[in-house]
Amino acid sequence: MEHYTMNLTLKVWKQKNAKERGRFETYQVKNVSSEMSFLEMFDVLNEQLIAEGKEPIAFDHDCREGICGMCSMYINGRAHGPWHHTTTCQLHMREYKDGDTIVVEPWRASAFPVIKDLVVDRQSFDRIIQAGGYVSVNTGNAVDANALPIEKHMADEAFASAACIGCGACVAACPNASAMLFVSAKVSHLAMLPQGSPERKERVTNMINQMDKEGFGSCTNIGACEAECPKGISLENIARLNREYIGAMFDGGSQNAK
Amino acid sequence: MALNSKIPAGSLEEKWEKYKSTCKLVNPANKRQLEVIIIGTGLAGASAAASLGELGYKVKTFCFQDSPRRAHSIAAQGGINAAKNYQNDGDSTYRLFYDTVKGGDYRAREANVYRLASVSANIIDQCVAQGVPFAREYGGLLSNRSFGGTQVQRTFYAAGQTGQQLLIGAYQALERQVALGNVTQYSRHEMLDVVMIDGKARGVIVRNLVTGELERHFGHAVLLCSGGYGNVFYLSTNAMGSNVTAAWKAHKKGAYFGNPCYTQIHPTCIPVSGDHQSKLTLMSESLRNDGRIWVPKAKGDNRKPNDIPEEERDYYLERRYPAFGNLVPRDVASRAAKERCDAGYGVGASKQAVYLDYASAIQRYGKIEVNKQGLSNADADTITKLGKEVVKEKYGNLFEMYEKITGENPYEVPMRIYPAVHYTMGGLWVDYELQTTVPGLYALGEANFSDHGANRLGASALMQGLADGYFVIPYTLGNYLADDIRTKSIPTDHPAFVEAEKAVSDRINQLMNIKGTESVESFHKRLGKIMWDKCGMARNEKGLKEAIAEIQALRKEFWSNVRIPGDVNEYNPELDKANRVADFIELGELMCIDALNRNESCGGHFREEFQTEDGEALRQDDKYMYVAAWEYKGESNFELHKEDLNYEVVHPSARSYK
Repeated sequence: MEHYTMNLTLKVWKQKNAKERGRFETYQVKNVSSEMSFLEMFDVLNEQLIAEGKEPIAFDHDCREGICGMCSMYINGRAHGPWHHTTTCQLHMREYKDGDTIVVEPWRASAFPVIKDLVVDRQSFDRIIQAGGYVSVNTGNAVDANALPIEKHMADEAFASAACIGCGACVAACPNASAMLFVSAKVSHLAMLPQGSPERKERVTNMINQMDKEGFGSCTNIGACEAECPKGISLENIARLNREYIGAMFDGGSQNAK
Repeated sequence: MALNSKIPAGSLEEKWEKYKSTCKLVNPANKRQLEVIIIGTGLAGASAAASLGELGYKVKTFCFQDSPRRAHSIAAQGGINAAKNYQNDGDSTYRLFYDTVKGGDYRAREANVYRLASVSANIIDQCVAQGVPFAREYGGLLSNRSFGGTQVQRTFYAAGQTGQQLLIGAYQALERQVALGNVTQYSRHEMLDVVMIDGKARGVIVRNLVTGELERHFGHAVLLCSGGYGNVFYLSTNAMGSNVTAAWKAHKKGAYFGNPCYTQIHPTCIPVSGDHQSKLTLMSESLRNDGRIWVPKAKGDNRKPNDIPEEERDYYLERRYPAFGNLVPRDVASRAAKERCDAGYGVGASKQAVYLDYASAIQRYGKIEVNKQGLSNADADTITKLGKEVVKEKYGNLFEMYEKITGENPYEVPMRIYPAVHYTMGGLWVDYELQTTVPGLYALGEANFSDHGANRLGASALMQGLADGYFVIPYTLGNYLADDIRTKSIPTDHPAFVEAEKAVSDRINQLMNIKGTESVESFHKRLGKIMWDKCGMARNEKGLKEAIAEIQALRKEFWSNVRIPGDVNEYNPELDKANRVADFIELGELMCIDALNRNESCGGHFREEFQTEDGEALRQDDKYMYVAAWEYKGESNFELHKEDLNYEVVHPSARSYK
């Protein structure tokens, strides 16, 4: 792969904390290598800012290998930037050329308040899981793992849903800031497995209720979530969630629904 | 203080069973009065929090990430070992135990390893019950793959995302306990000290990373599940935030540090591409199942890999280790790669890389697929196409990741790989009950030193984290807390809390007031370079002595010239990092001291002075068959305590994979 360097203009959202108003700030970054990751380009910029006695840009990141779900930049109008099925940390600078201008914003949703600059608070996702995104099995209660065979295609589909990394790109991409793809991936993962089946009705009801309580918007079948999801979580999950939800409703919700 | 490992009496098979049936219990009403603090929410922390919450203890968890689900256990790719013997290929608890002890180069505690092997099967059962979607065969039963250092197939996996699926399982169990009110979780909080009262750990000081406020939390016991310290090398496969701070604070409060020099260098990582590099990315060891590792037979061969004919390639692992071939343990594979590159046979622009080649696996799988589908006259293209499909199903996500990072297509061109720091076998010294030398302070998972000796086998980290959290600590913690049921919660205005918080606050202010000229990152890079060059894959006396002097000088410079922008009372990642790097610097010195003390080569610790004629590690069992547990005595002052390792069942021999 041909290596080259470039100079870039960055327009980055700066916001001191949740209370103060934010604004775009413009930065020049020089000698960016095409082999850098997008976040390494931010590292270089931050080192430059520290050297100049300015404040660096706060952004979330941790594993830098596309699996922890912590990185969360909205790049030129797209959650996690232009590459398909790719988190921000795996986006590499060979996507850009000398002289480009890149606009970087945080996830925007009222259920994800800004903490600082590009960092947002996603604890609403934890609370949705707390509402029912689990199988109620205490440690030590398990039967032998092979006691219950599961058809391979069901196991594979459950895995595909379980691949969600909880980054929130679906919410950021959605004009309604809906969390339906996230919620449906968890509902599907557990509903497709026999272990998750006994609680499926309460689960879907309670998770949807919590999602609404957190202030996420409604799903209007736009599909931006699927298009921007770095893990390829499919819209079929939302269809499955709707079936689960209607099933639960016909059953009078559920006795244990909160 | 003499080390007491508290290994129960009896035969290896009986020890844990006996312990479980005789340890003290806490009744349910008393559990509700007992508070437990858990630092870190990876596999060890989340599984411990969920299990202890289920039992009725009042648990608080803390993690520096924005959610417990982000902990770096999530990045483990290949799998988790368990002695299920579902493949009928001769596996057993004893074999898993034996492989682990041998893989650790006879530097692990037999009793701990046997317990680990014996609960391994329960872990798989538990995870399946939680809905962890492990890979399955067409008959609906669980699938297994092989891993380095073993000759059976005992590794359970979920594509290349096993760690993620296991962590999500543990996280969901944890969130359930949060919903039930048994666990309170604190995200974006970092532990900055242990609070000691009457010689026992009784709480922690944490910093709320969003507001910068310091908080005091009381606990009848404190569990450190804060992971390993590979980031001391700056470049490693660890997450950017992974750090030693919690363990190091505990060390300074009296917890001995065990075998700090045992570092695992993982053989299959994507090579460094430049100075801007912030971290290294691992390619799962499972790739060595089907990939073949080679370098050109001729020095400085600059041809493209596909232009080098078969007979001019050196499959050096297959050549040197015919019995295990490409599946030798990690330490052996890493050193062999370094040996070839140092000798001038490396490939790629940096010459610090070797090839991991899938061409023959693609052909092999293609032919099997052709037979399966009954295509008797399949041409070469069809075979290749079908073979690629099989490889894609097994390793697709890893291949995609490689392509994103390097811009090269690994289905067509062999991958370039090089070893990188991955895991630390060393950690806080713990006894059989996972208690450190500080009463009431426990260490679980990678944060402790206990089960992997001098080298960890692949797919055993996930196993250990979950074994400690789900199946060990629920018993051993009860045994301690049973004597604590009359201890009321201690109010956090107790002088010990006030004093500990003041010390933390003073240190933060001291850091902020240095107002020097060099960034935290730059100090971290410099530390990493010293560690990698002189305390990395190969070490020697001269280099280690130099490293110690260089690190001491670096520490002085750090404390007089670091520049931290921003304020104390706000979200300030540079300050968080400065706190961590300051601790890494101190740890780095101890690692070098430990490496210098250990005049032998074993597992991941390779001292150049101690090798066989053909370059294999040479142990000195008569002198060093002990755990080096270091006590903190003050700046640059550590006292060595030894725990002798007694092998009652396994007979240590020269480890051979030939």
